[in-house]
Amino acid sequence: MSRFKDKGGKSTPPISTASLPDIIFMLLFFFMVTTVMRETDLLVKITLPEATQVTKLEDKALVDYLYIGPPVSKALGTEPVMQLNDQFAKLEDIDPWVKANEERRQEVEVPRITRSLKVDKDTYMKIVTDVKQELRKSNALKINYSTSQGR
Amino acid sequence: MLKKRKTAGVQEINAGSMADIAFLLLIFFLVTTTMDTDAGILRLLPPIVEDVIDPDVVKERNVYIVLVNDADQLLVEGQPMDIKDLREGAKEFMTNPDNSEDLPEKKRITAAECNQKIAEFKGGAAGATSEKDKQTYRELAEKWQDKLEAVQLLGEYMELPGSAVISLQTGSKTSYDMYVKVQNELEAGISELRNELSKSKFDRKFDELDDKNDDDKPLIKAVRLVYPQRISEAEPVEVVR
Repeated sequence: MSRFKDKGGKSTPPISTASLPDIIFMLLFFFMVTTVMRETDLLVKITLPEATQVTKLEDKALVDYLYIGPPVSKALGTEPVMQLNDQFAKLEDIDPWVKANEERRQEVEVPRITRSLKVDKDTYMKIVTDVKQELRKSNALKINYSTSQGR
Repeated sequence: MLKKRKTAGVQEINAGSMADIAFLLLIFFLVTTTMDTDAGILRLLPPIVEDVIDPDVVKERNVYIVLVNDADQLLVEGQPMDIKDLREGAKEFMTNPDNSEDLPEKKRITAAECNQKIAEFKGGAAGATSEKDKQTYRELAEKWQDKLEAVQLLGEYMELPGSAVISLQTGSKTSYDMYVKVQNELEAGISELRNELSKSKFDRKFDELDDKNDDDKPLIKAVRLVYPQRISEAEPVEVVR
């Protein structure tokens, strides 16, 4: 009896868990820093085309997104549509959109705003060209064709 | 006896392996997380101008016309072309290695010429009466100053004419995928040229030059001056099949 008891009583010394909170904090901070909050819900389906010669957009605060692609909801058909902010938009909505985005920025930052076109790769150029023309008319000239990084 | 047992008490749960689990998680996410930085092909649209430049002013040899039709086929300078040849085509247009009659005429830029022009325009600025003329002269002098700096860094180089441009036109049913591919190839052609030049002169590729580093800035500027990125997003034109 006493022989067994002896064995059981000699427990392994507990491993210090003092560093655990550090690890968890590390995880937490990592995700806090890297997570990008999606500002808009996408109403259109977008598969970006691939390109190799890409430039990374530096200042995220100065990028406005414009989405073009077939609607996610099948009931709305398969024709590509444009989405600005979180709703479908027509060509004539571009100008007010550009103006509104310029107004909420500092004046000096306005020339540095980039409009990033996130366009589905199966879209015809027609709508893209029209959108580009509208952007030119609104004097929003700095644009980016958003692509995924190819090989 | 009983008391002794109590102090031995409830055994602490071994939490040592928790750290391992956390690390596992951390590594998993480190590997799988793609940081959602938006990347793409940056372009500057031309502003809408009322008075369109007379097409006669721009010589035909100075424009590299790339047409993409509704069936995603390429017509480059009037000849059908495969997308994989476009990069070389663009490079040939930018360099004109054989001094061909159909490609832009290149001009040798020398330090002597730069100095002469700078002096000339500076004199012009000093002699000009109206403020507007002075401004124009000053801008011209600055332009030649930039060229002089490029000559100092790169040696004498061949300059593309100011009107040399790659013009890209698409049909209304061209797919966006194709359009991006074409843009990508043109961009790749120019960046290859820049890389070659930079590698031969500075022993570093153009991509490796850091635009935030003050030592690199003039190098970047010089290389850009030799191989400017002029891809025009022309006015939409109907392209027939």
